[in-house]
Amino acid sequence: MRESLHAEWTKLRTLASNFWLLLAAAALTVAVSAATAAAVRCPSGGCADDPAKISLTGIYLGQAVVAVLAVLAVSGEYGTGMIRVTLTAMPRRVTVLAAKAAVLTGLVLVTGAIAAFASLLAGGFILPGHGIGPSHGYPAISAGDGPVLRAAFGSVLYLALIALLSLGAATALREAAAAIGAVLGLLYVLPIIAVFSGNATISRHLEQIAPMTAGLAIQATTRLNTLPISPWAGLGVLAAWAAGALLLGGLLLRVRDA
Amino acid sequence: MTTITPSRPTVPPARAGFAHLLHAEWTKFRTVRGWVIAAGIAVLVTVLLGLFQGSHSQVAPCTTGPNGRACRYVIPTGPGGESVTDTFYFVHRPLAGDGTMTVRVTSLTEVAESSQTLQGRPVSTKPAVVPWSKAGLIITAGAGQGSAYAAVLVTGGHGTRMQWNYTGDTTGLAGRVSAASPRWLRLARAGDVITGYDSADGTSWTKIGTVTLPGLAPTVQAGLFATSPGYLQRTSQQVTSASGTAAATDTTATFDRVGLRGGWPGSSWTGTWVNGGPDSPYVTGHEAGYRQASGAFTVTGSGDIAPDVTDGVPIDVLLAGLFLALIAVLVVGAQFMTAEYRRGLIRATLAASPRRGRTLAAKAIVLGAVTFAAGLAGTAAAVLIGTPLLRASGNPVYPATALTEVRAIAGTAALVAVFAVLALAVGAILRHGAGAVTVVITAVILPYLLTAAIPVLPAGAADWVLRVTPAAGFAIRQVIPAYPQVAASYTPSNGYFPLAPWAGFAVSCAWAALALALAAYLLRRRDA
Repeated sequence: MRESLHAEWTKLRTLASNFWLLLAAAALTVAVSAATAAAVRCPSGGCADDPAKISLTGIYLGQAVVAVLAVLAVSGEYGTGMIRVTLTAMPRRVTVLAAKAAVLTGLVLVTGAIAAFASLLAGGFILPGHGIGPSHGYPAISAGDGPVLRAAFGSVLYLALIALLSLGAATALREAAAAIGAVLGLLYVLPIIAVFSGNATISRHLEQIAPMTAGLAIQATTRLNTLPISPWAGLGVLAAWAAGALLLGGLLLRVRDA
Repeated sequence: MTTITPSRPTVPPARAGFAHLLHAEWTKFRTVRGWVIAAGIAVLVTVLLGLFQGSHSQVAPCTTGPNGRACRYVIPTGPGGESVTDTFYFVHRPLAGDGTMTVRVTSLTEVAESSQTLQGRPVSTKPAVVPWSKAGLIITAGAGQGSAYAAVLVTGGHGTRMQWNYTGDTTGLAGRVSAASPRWLRLARAGDVITGYDSADGTSWTKIGTVTLPGLAPTVQAGLFATSPGYLQRTSQQVTSASGTAAATDTTATFDRVGLRGGWPGSSWTGTWVNGGPDSPYVTGHEAGYRQASGAFTVTGSGDIAPDVTDGVPIDVLLAGLFLALIAVLVVGAQFMTAEYRRGLIRATLAASPRRGRTLAAKAIVLGAVTFAAGLAGTAAAVLIGTPLLRASGNPVYPATALTEVRAIAGTAALVAVFAVLALAVGAILRHGAGAVTVVITAVILPYLLTAAIPVLPAGAADWVLRVTPAAGFAIRQVIPAYPQVAASYTPSNGYFPLAPWAGFAVSCAWAALALALAAYLLRRRDA
């Protein structure tokens, strides 16, 4: 396992595009978060908004870059034929997948932590000037606040789980474009279908099982009773999706020819 | 010595006809099994989701009024086929042939219901300002909902106006009516032509507008009316989406100096709450009626005479599968280009047809045609089969004109094709399948998701996002128009786009054209 980890780390580390993708994930997350915070206005107070959630809006875009990174970690090898070398050197295929998952999770956790921290910092800096701050009766965005910590920590975990979900999907589908299409479709389209559904019960169930709406429930710090699913349970749903994708990917990796 | 003539092909290969190029690209498309399957899946999910939406939507057609439930499965339509609200208090008498009616309005006050009993009966009211409360003179073709009419009226916050046949609206004098600043109104009928005038003093009159109501019966009902729509009471001010509850309101107008000229055969006035009453789903309704004393009339009414934007399920809900289909189409569109680079086929392609711009054009045409056909098959089937299902499962369907339906169906299919071409162009620019798919999905679907589906962006920013990003084109699906003379929450999350349907579509086309131009430029300049 040590050798596998080392091999995967070397492969990820020595591909320049991976560094740029991680940088883009963090930069886009912070940029969209800050832009959203800058666009929000509540001059008269009394807006029912959630400062921490607004400050973390960039995750919606950042996750797409994380998904690309994770998909390319597997599909890139299939595209170039590298996968045959990898599997010849390390015949225990599930170990290869586990090593990839571990290295990827580590990288995404670090990047995500930087992105979430910078986003909240920007939000805490911008929002009070727009009528959404402690002087208007909102909870301050501070590291000492339990729900804010949950939102920040949860967003980082969310990104890591998205990476694992994408890794599993890419292992199962192999083709990069198809895998990224499947992952982004799962993330972005299910919530749209849920909203379109003219049936409140179906709509709510869809929001409870869709990986994005369920997983991002973790970002809520106020009005938790209006959420379709509680924060940690929602992250659990996403974890189940990621586990399912990895399981399917691992199974197919074992039984299929590379 | 004999000279050897090298054999030359008889047909110079340099300029293959464009038809040949199209044929070559079509062959490439149809022989990749995955792409054909993806196109088939796109059609299938569009149809299946349309059927699902049709059979599982549950939009309550019933509201609970003071006397229990009131249901409307059929939405009344106006002369133009549009969905309308047509409820008002009417103090009227017959008008035979031509005639003129003049009146002075001295006050207009509104109250909003501030609390209800458990049965929905209003128990208390408070003064309110309802910008689109209306009172004035009206000539109407009949008593049925959606009858043709013309009216000249004062409003709570939009001055004096002439309105006709629900969608027509012209402005007259500005300012709110009061005892110190009364408004004189005049409505004159000559055959099918009705003219509205207003005046601040009763001597100098200004014509507001002239309308023709074709086929107006010789004898019509004319008189005074008052009505007031429910208004949006902001319960929680929210940055990201306007939320509020509509409170029932009524308005009371005071009229005097009623002057009639022409054919008025009746001798007295009759008061009718047109299409109203306790069972009306629009208003909980109380105190609607009129009093007449020494030439002055006090009329209280509730409801609206306007296009209706809140009732009924618009057919665009049947097109939800579009978004799933788009994922498949965007992946195929990008791969149609990037697969050539991955397999090295691009070198053969460009050797066979050295004019690279033409190759790209052929690809775009083949892809556009295939995805339009697939999109049209999906959307047409979803709407044509889904609409009867929607009705059968008890949902009132928002009446749309045939032209609107065709625009929503064919426009959506065309949008699918435009996005596919955008994906192709981005694929040619990036030459990387996963990168192209990610860029296109985040440019097309993410803006729509963040503005309309889960409105996390603030309302002003959301409007801008839907004006400038490729997602602007989703406006082509909008079935219910936004009317300036109806107060409603016209936000993307309620299905209203900031751009008109074709304008939004043009924005998406502009993005595709821009990407295609850049792709053609890079394809010529770069080595393959």
